[in-house]
Amino acid sequence: MTSARVSGEQHQPGAGASAGGEPHRHEASARVSGGEPHRHEASASVIGEPHPHDSAHLHVTGKALYCDDIALPAATLHAAFGISSISHGRIRELDLAPVMADPAVIAVALPADIPGENNYGGAVHDDPIFADGLVQYAGQPMFAVAASSYTAARKAARRARVSYDELPAILDIRAALAAESYVLPSRRLVRGTPGTVLARSPLRLQGTVLMGGQDHFYLEGQIAIAIPQEDGAMLVHSSTQHPTEVQHIVAHALGIRAHSVTVQCRRMGGGFGGKESQPALIAASAAVLAAKTQRPVKLRLDRDVDMIMTGKRHEFLADYDVGFDAQGRIQALTIMLASRCGYSADLSGPVNDRAVSHLDNAYFLEHVEIISHRCKTHTVSNTAFRGFGGPQGMMVIERILDDIARTLNLDPLDVRRANFYGVAHANVTHYGQTIEDNIIHEIVDRLEAESAYRERRKVIAECNSRNPVVKRGLALTPVKFGISFTATHFNQAGALLQVYTDGTVLLNHGGTEMGQGLHIKVAQVVAAELGVPLSAIRATTTDTSKVPNTSATAASSGSDLNGMAAQAAARTIRRRLVDYACEAHAIDASRVRFEHGQVHIGARIISFGDFVRDAYTARISLSATGYYRTPRIHWDRATLIGHPFFYFAYGAAVAEVAVDTLTGETRLLRVDILHDAGASLNPAIDLGQIEGGFLQGVGWLTSEELWWDAHGALQTHAPSTYKIPTARDWPAHSTVTILERSPNREDTIHRSKAVGEPPLMLAISVFHAIRDACAACGATGELPQLSAPATPEAVLRAIDSVSRRHA
Amino acid sequence: MSASSTTNSQAVQFVLDGEVVTVSGLPPSTTVLEYLRNVAGRTGTKEGCAEGDCGACTVVLGELAADGRTIDYRAINSCIRFLPTIDGKELVTVESLQGTDGELHPVQRAMVECHGSQCGFCTPGFVMSLFALYLRPEQGSQGSPPEREEVLTALSGNLCRCTGYRPIIDAGRRMSEYPEPKRWSRDEAQSAGRVSQLRALQRKAPDAALRFAGFHAPLTLDELASALEAAPDSLLLAGGTDIGLWTTKHLRDLPPIIYLGAIAELQEIRNTDAGLRIGAGVSLSAGWSALVAQHPALSEQAGRFASPPVCNSGTLCGNIANGSPIGDSMPALIALGADVEMRQGTLYRRIPLEHLYLGYQKKSLRPGEFLVSVVVPPPKSGRLFASYKLAKRIDQDISAVCAAFALEVSAGRVVEARLAYGGMAAIPARAANAEKALVGQPWSQASIDSAIAALPADFTPLTDSRASQAYRLKTAGNLLRRFYMQQSGNPPTLRVTDPSAHVEFT
Repeated sequence: MTSARVSGEQHQPGAGASAGGEPHRHEASARVSGGEPHRHEASASVIGEPHPHDSAHLHVTGKALYCDDIALPAATLHAAFGISSISHGRIRELDLAPVMADPAVIAVALPADIPGENNYGGAVHDDPIFADGLVQYAGQPMFAVAASSYTAARKAARRARVSYDELPAILDIRAALAAESYVLPSRRLVRGTPGTVLARSPLRLQGTVLMGGQDHFYLEGQIAIAIPQEDGAMLVHSSTQHPTEVQHIVAHALGIRAHSVTVQCRRMGGGFGGKESQPALIAASAAVLAAKTQRPVKLRLDRDVDMIMTGKRHEFLADYDVGFDAQGRIQALTIMLASRCGYSADLSGPVNDRAVSHLDNAYFLEHVEIISHRCKTHTVSNTAFRGFGGPQGMMVIERILDDIARTLNLDPLDVRRANFYGVAHANVTHYGQTIEDNIIHEIVDRLEAESAYRERRKVIAECNSRNPVVKRGLALTPVKFGISFTATHFNQAGALLQVYTDGTVLLNHGGTEMGQGLHIKVAQVVAAELGVPLSAIRATTTDTSKVPNTSATAASSGSDLNGMAAQAAARTIRRRLVDYACEAHAIDASRVRFEHGQVHIGARIISFGDFVRDAYTARISLSATGYYRTPRIHWDRATLIGHPFFYFAYGAAVAEVAVDTLTGETRLLRVDILHDAGASLNPAIDLGQIEGGFLQGVGWLTSEELWWDAHGALQTHAPSTYKIPTARDWPAHSTVTILERSPNREDTIHRSKAVGEPPLMLAISVFHAIRDACAACGATGELPQLSAPATPEAVLRAIDSVSRRHA
Repeated sequence: MSASSTTNSQAVQFVLDGEVVTVSGLPPSTTVLEYLRNVAGRTGTKEGCAEGDCGACTVVLGELAADGRTIDYRAINSCIRFLPTIDGKELVTVESLQGTDGELHPVQRAMVECHGSQCGFCTPGFVMSLFALYLRPEQGSQGSPPEREEVLTALSGNLCRCTGYRPIIDAGRRMSEYPEPKRWSRDEAQSAGRVSQLRALQRKAPDAALRFAGFHAPLTLDELASALEAAPDSLLLAGGTDIGLWTTKHLRDLPPIIYLGAIAELQEIRNTDAGLRIGAGVSLSAGWSALVAQHPALSEQAGRFASPPVCNSGTLCGNIANGSPIGDSMPALIALGADVEMRQGTLYRRIPLEHLYLGYQKKSLRPGEFLVSVVVPPPKSGRLFASYKLAKRIDQDISAVCAAFALEVSAGRVVEARLAYGGMAAIPARAANAEKALVGQPWSQASIDSAIAALPADFTPLTDSRASQAYRLKTAGNLLRRFYMQQSGNPPTLRVTDPSAHVEFT
């Protein structure tokens, strides 16, 4: 039994699919989840509808073009990186003669071949494109080679003769803490008087929480194509969430200015944060070789090099000390949070800040101290990954609450609920933001009832008492996730809208498409404003020469920011058209309406195409830019205090698992999810984000294990050894519901909410269900020492940690 | 490249979109994926991993059935399949499915309408895996739509990082509800035209064998034996699910290839007095089906062995001859007492499978000698048998520990014990000490405990990315515990994969 509730969506095989290359869209009118105020009248037919992804018909026919599919100019070269084999050391000698010996090799690039700056770090300039003398992780690029074929380049890159003077390497968080090895200064956030309150707390617990990192495993690996243009300019096709940063890094590397670099991205084959800062390295390397050879250069990483060389989700460790009362209410909490940042800062500052700001999840922490250490290790530099530190912060507090509940022999749900933020009081976060939109109580109450949580709890306890081998576990965990970039200045966006005289619309905005359905959502927004069918709108390649100075498509912000910017552009054009109609037809603006591809001017009805042709003839401008910046937000990065988030997205999940206590193997048996997408712009797309984010989180917390050998070399760098979930890992019983009639209380695009990242954290329920099953192997009050990912081995270890004394 | 209807011993010929494609002049290790993307300009098929583990490169191969009257369509990984090995077959890619009028195939329509694609990069592979399922004879118009389990199995070699799979599973279950398409309906896939087109490409005459610089596909066993004897340093290629990686990942230059996939004699599965005889050319799919039919206890092992695309290309004997310490077929075959039959020139010999392995990647194979078949003894009544696999993931994973146990118990005592393990040593091997602890002892928990206690004397497993030494040793013993519980009395639900592990609350 699987049910996915999309408001009003009807699945009718054979209906709704049209022939030919036309987009296939549901025409059936669907029930729109109601309650959104301020909805524009014309929007009713398109906003909130479950339109398929705008590229769905291209995906299924193989016609969607990715970077690797772009037809290449003649004489294009193929590049590959030469990478280090050690974790830390000085390059004594780098002999590229064997590389150059192959006649297929046309050029190599070393630090000296970079005309500008040898750096691809966006925030802190500590990421060399090619290691210059010092190697800081196994897999770090030292040079790149351009050859006549992909295989020739890869083969040649491996032929370099390298010798090193090895230096001691710091390979894990504990070693970095001991050495006080950090990429950025540590941060401390304190509210209240945690020390004093902790000392007088009636009950107290200490523990350590461990969780591993995660590889993005986007199906399309990192890739860029750099094509030299006239007058020193460079065109770059990049699979990137952040074309503007690629533009800047390429310009800096080549020593040219921003207006000379154009970066384009039609779509990515998955991003998940892995294509926020990392693509700049790939693009800059391709551009350096292209500038040197004055030939187009394509650089596509093979899967192994991609996984070895590019950053991942941060592994975290947390030592906690918590004081609580007999009801499990936290009185005071101190936490030492430390993450594996790798060799450089990259995005580790904001990632760790978000771990700090999400350590509360949905819970009021009155007296709290969080120390955040950003540990430097001689491993790959970790980066953005869906949730951006938030999941790790939330894992810490969920574990603490679970420990408290088990210690007190209370149902963990009761302890969680006892600690929820209040609606009107106990509603100020530890970073000083008042929560004005708290709906976690109603979500959890409803999910508890609909999932039959209490009844199943009893059934499971009964089953566990009868079965000595297979234990089942159940857990409900909430999600509250702050929406906005914490760096306030990233919260802006631009769009460019062009209406042609046949009534078609070309839509460009600063956001990138990585599968999340951003383009269809923004197209829906524009269609609603102009009253045209979706088929009249074409979303185009994201292009730094069309919309400049864009932010990364990240932090779940894509549709919030770009939807608003595109709406502004559409409104500008509509205003001009209305003005024209008023003037040409001598009529009041209130009597001009745009809907269903027609313009109603009083009693007259003109097709949108005819009308804009008339407007063109009357010399009305039919293109406009739009701009948006998020209101209300501010944040002091030094004190970690402020109002960093425009609003919060909420959700909760109940997971039930079975654990084989002989082997540690686990199965997710059932999940029930209730998630808040505000007034969803497109419930089909949002459902995809919820389900996909959830399972990606399940992978992080169960089967996906990054394993480094004793020398600091990653040994899980391909799908043969790094195991993301497969179809069989989606539970046989699932109910995924988008919360109805819950518009965003802030004035977001059609009162929708961001949905990219928050659902990932619904997976914490699965981890705690596994922990619940492990606990069933021991005595009441015992705390299974389960680290993430809960691989069979980790689970068996956790079972041992509670059952040994009772065996 | 030109259209032709007669076979050419120098050129690879296959059918693509109704046309016979003739390819010559490419290196023999050119993969089907490289051909499609770089030569034919068909970029719909993607590279995600170049090792057959993600499924983005999935295409469907149609092969003329032994009776010459039907076409067997199966999904394969094009990223590790060498182009010359699809000679005489029909290649179907994601671009092939849409009707000439633009009509989407039911598989594609179901994917669109169920919202089965997000980033879309894995989608062509999913479409092709579902398409292969769609064409299975049992899914015909009279058949019922695929069960959830069938869909999951069909998709077990395809990774999607975006959707969570639910909508793709739905698409797989609903694709049969759509009207039959004009192109690639189940009937049209078996049309007389398609069959005769493939039949014309089959190489029959001895001098018709595909043979060009660096590649030779003999048509008879004798021809293979003499070719290999004459050039013992040649690389013997069967399914290529490992050898493919030698070029795509390890960037090795390969010696001349002798391909055994064109030899009809090696495709045979026969019941002989000595047991089930599975030829060296038999795919893992066919091999496991035959084994499970005789030994139902192998069904879990067969299901978890690898994805359909890997099992459709790879061969059972290839898994054996490869001799990896974590090859998952060997523990079961060793426990069952299988023999391997080998040939060198005109000389045949047969040895117990466990004697084939001498040390890490070292086998008892002489120069020019090759595996002809594996012979698996028939089931014995009263023998207790089970085969287990432990890995981080249920589907398409390499085992941390693989174990198979075959025990004969008579009058409450163990009279014979064959405990075979993978992942515990440099080779798949029996646990001699643990077996000794069981034989002659009562079939009891105490005997199992002493066998478990003997395991550290048998194995000193490695710690690696799949598992630690401690985990391997502990679970090697716990699997014996599971075996004992499973075989005794009225066991509780022992497996998390067992549907009874979930009692739904109503």
